[in-house]
Amino acid sequence: MADWTVDELQRWDEKIREKVEEFGLDCYRQEFELCDHHAMLGYMAYHGMPAHYPHWSYGKSFEKTKTLYDYGVSGLPYELVINSDPCLAYLMTDNSLTLQILTIAHVYGHNDFFKNNFTFTSATDAKETIGSFKARADRVRSYIEDPSIGDERVERVLDAAHALAFCMSPNAAVRRLGVEEQRERARPSETGHDPFAILHKRPEAPAPTTERFPPEPVSDLLAFMRDHHPTLAEWERDLLDIVDSETRYFLPQIETKIMNEGWASYWHHRILESLDLPHDVRIEFLVRHNQVVCPHPGSINPYHLGFVLWHKIAERDGEDAIWKVRESDRDAAFLRRFLDAETMRDLDLFSYEPKGDKLVVDSVADDEHWADVKRKLIAQVGAGNNPSIRITDADFNRRRELYLVHDHDGRDLHLGYAERTLQHLYTLWGRRVLLETQVNGKPTRLAFDEDGFDARLVV
Amino acid sequence: MVDSIFRPFASGDALKSDRTARDRQRHRHKLKEAIRENIADVIADESIIGRDRDKVIKIPIRGVKEYRFVYGDNQGGVGSGQGDTQPGQVVGERQDGQGEPGKAGDQPGVDYYETDVTLDELVDIMFEDLELPDLERRILKDVVADRTVKRRGYRKSGVRVHLDRRRTARARVRRMKARGVEPPEEPADPREGRGLPIHPEYGEKRFPFIEDDLTYKKLIEDTKPESNAVVICIMDTSGSMDSMKKYLARSFFFLLYQFVRTKYERVELVFVAHHSRAKEVTEEEFFYKGESGGTMISSGYHKALEIVRDRYHPQHWNIYAFHCSDGDNFESDNQATLKAAEELCDASNLFGYGEIKPMGSHFYESSMLELFGKLDKPNYQSVLIESKADIWPSFRAFLSREKAESA
Repeated sequence: MADWTVDELQRWDEKIREKVEEFGLDCYRQEFELCDHHAMLGYMAYHGMPAHYPHWSYGKSFEKTKTLYDYGVSGLPYELVINSDPCLAYLMTDNSLTLQILTIAHVYGHNDFFKNNFTFTSATDAKETIGSFKARADRVRSYIEDPSIGDERVERVLDAAHALAFCMSPNAAVRRLGVEEQRERARPSETGHDPFAILHKRPEAPAPTTERFPPEPVSDLLAFMRDHHPTLAEWERDLLDIVDSETRYFLPQIETKIMNEGWASYWHHRILESLDLPHDVRIEFLVRHNQVVCPHPGSINPYHLGFVLWHKIAERDGEDAIWKVRESDRDAAFLRRFLDAETMRDLDLFSYEPKGDKLVVDSVADDEHWADVKRKLIAQVGAGNNPSIRITDADFNRRRELYLVHDHDGRDLHLGYAERTLQHLYTLWGRRVLLETQVNGKPTRLAFDEDGFDARLVV
Repeated sequence: MVDSIFRPFASGDALKSDRTARDRQRHRHKLKEAIRENIADVIADESIIGRDRDKVIKIPIRGVKEYRFVYGDNQGGVGSGQGDTQPGQVVGERQDGQGEPGKAGDQPGVDYYETDVTLDELVDIMFEDLELPDLERRILKDVVADRTVKRRGYRKSGVRVHLDRRRTARARVRRMKARGVEPPEEPADPREGRGLPIHPEYGEKRFPFIEDDLTYKKLIEDTKPESNAVVICIMDTSGSMDSMKKYLARSFFFLLYQFVRTKYERVELVFVAHHSRAKEVTEEEFFYKGESGGTMISSGYHKALEIVRDRYHPQHWNIYAFHCSDGDNFESDNQATLKAAEELCDASNLFGYGEIKPMGSHFYESSMLELFGKLDKPNYQSVLIESKADIWPSFRAFLSREKAESA
C-alpha cells in the first residue's frame, strides 16, 4: 500500500513550489492527477492526452507497453507530463512517497521548459492543448460515425497520414512562405540577380523558378497535400490537417528530448537537495536519482547526457547562463555548443558502424576523432533521425505526378519502409509518386504507381 | 508562487472508461487480416492435418507495422561506454534492420510480431480464404462421429456410474447365506425397513457391503469394422512443389481428412511422398521441399498398395486415397501408373487425383489427367486445381461422387 496520503503530497508540493519560486523557475499553473498503473498505460498510449482521436496504432502501442510491463521487461515512467496550460501531470499511485516527491519536482522542471523554450512557444499554444486535442478527437469520431465515410475510409487516410507525418520541417520558428511569396522570391533569381552576392556565394542548388510548382521545394508534405491536392474531400483534408497539427505539437518534444529531460533532472536534483528530507527518503531519493541519470552503455540516455551538460554550463558560465540556453536552443544546437571534447571523453562517447552482423566501434572521442563522433551524435538526435524529404514538383511530367527529393546526408533510406511509405503517399496523391535518393552511393529513383513499386538507377 | 491542484485517484473511473478498448480491437482485427494475407504461407508451413484443434501455433506477422521514411540498417550510431571503449571493440549485434543496441522499438525490423492462434482459428481463416459455404464449414468443423459403446461382461473394478447394483446386492446376499445368516424378510410395505438390513442375531450390527461385492459393468468401445477409415495422402514431392502448391495440396488433404472424420469414428492418416521413389513419411516431412529429379508416380501407388496390404485390409478399413501432383511423370512410367491406379481403385472406397497447376500452366505443361481419363472405375475422381478458388468447388465435386457411391 502507498506510504503517503494526498495531503502529504500536497504539503511536499508546497515546499517544492517555494523552491521553484526561489530558484526562479517560470511555470504554468500545475495540475496533478493521481492514477493507477492501468490508467497510466491508457494515458501513455495516447501521449498523456485526456482526449485523443481513435486509431488502431494506439491500441497496438497499448498492447506493446502492457506486454513489456506485465513481463517486467520495462517499468512505467514515474511521471507523464504534457505541455499544456495549466500543465497536466499524472502521478502513479503505486509509487512510493520518495518517488512522488522526486516526480513532482521533476514535473516543475518540464513545466518551466514548456513555458519558455522557443521550440514550444513558437509551435504550440499551451492554453489550447487540451481543447484542440478534444476538438480533433470529436472531428475524427464524427467522420467515423458518418455513414457516408465510416471506419475503413478514415483509417485509410489516417494510416497514410501517420506514415508521412514526420515529413515536416522541424523548425516551427522559421516562417513558411506562401506560394505567392515564393514566386516573389523566385523572380530575381531568374534574372540572375543575387542581392546577397557580396555577403556569400549562393549555394549550388537549382534556382527557384516560377515555372515549376511549388516554386521552392516543400518540406511539409501533409500540409502541402491539404492545401494543394486537387481532388481530396473536405473530411480528407481535415484528417491531414489533424495529423499535421498533432505532429507539429509533438515535434518540440522530439527536438529537445536531451535538454528537456536534462533540465527537469537538473531541477529535481537541485530542489530535493535543498529540501530537508527525512533520512530514509533522502537515501531512496539518491538511489532513484542515480537510476534516472545513469549512462546506458551502448546508447545515449538523454536524462544522463542532458543532466551532465546543464551542470557543465552552470559550472563554467555560472547559473545565470542556463536560463538563456533553455530558452534559445534545441538538442542539435545544445550539443553543438556545449558538448566539448573533454565532456565526451568523460562520458566515453564513441561511434560505431555495422560490420558483418556485429556493431563495431570505429571512433572514440580522442583528439583526432571527437569531432566526428560529435557530428554523428548530432545527426541522430531529435528530428535529425527523420530523413529530410521535400516535394520539388507537384506536376511532374505534366501529369500531376509527385516528385520528391531525399536530401541524402550519407545515410541510406530503408528501402522496404520507403516502398510501403510511398504506397501510402500514392494512396493519398492518387497519381504516380517518385522519390529521388541514393542507394549505396548511386542516385536512385523510387516510384510507386498503379503497377506497384519500382526502383531504378538514375542515369 | 505558482499554483497547483491535486486530483485524487478514483479507482472506479479507470474501470469505467477503458478508453483503449476500441483501438485494441481494431488492432487485433488488423492482426487477423495480416494472418489472412499470409494464410498460404502459414498453412504451407504448419502441420495442421490431424492435429489437436487447441494446438497453438506461433505465426510471425509483418502486416501491422507502421511504415514511414526511416534510415536503413547500414547506419552506425553513437553510444556511451564504461570508460575504456576502444576502436574495433564489438558493442552489439546487428539485428535484422536494427542499427542501435538498446534502442529497440523505433527501428525497422523490430516491429515483428509473433501471434498465437489456435488451429481452430486458423482453420476458420482458411475456410474463409477458400470461401467455404457456412453450412459446410460447420459440418467440417463439428466432427460428430457416432461413437458407440457396448457392454461386454462384468468386472470387479470400475467407476461408480458403472456399478451394477443388482449384481452387487446379489453378491452380498450370497455371502450372507454362506455365513449362515438369514437375509431379513422382505417388509410387506417396501417403505418400511428402509436402511440397512439388520439381522436379530447380530443385534444392531450391520452386515455391510464389502469391496468384493461390488460389481461393475464392463463397457468396451464398439469397433465395428465399418467405422475405421484411413486417408492415404500421396504427393509428388519433387522440387517444383512451391509453397503455393503445397498450400493448395495441404488444404485439399485437410478438407478430405476433416470430411472423412465426420463419417468414421477412427481415422488414420498415411503420408506417402514420392519422386522417383516413394516412402512413407510424417506430415512435416511430407510438406518439406523434396529433392528434384525424375518423377515416377507408380512408385507412390505401389507404396500405398503395400501399406494397404500390410496394415489396412479393405475388409476392415475404409480407404480413401488421394494423390496430388503437378502432372509431371516419366513417359515410360505411364502404363505402370495406370495399372497401379486401377489396383488402388479396387482396394479403396475412393481414389482421387488432384492436379495442381497454378496460373494456367496446364496449357503447356504435361498432364496426367488425360492418362487417367482411361481409368474406367466408378470410384475414381479427378480434379484440376489452378487456384485456391478451385479448392472448394473441386472438393465438392469430389464429395458428390463419394455421396453417390455410398447412397
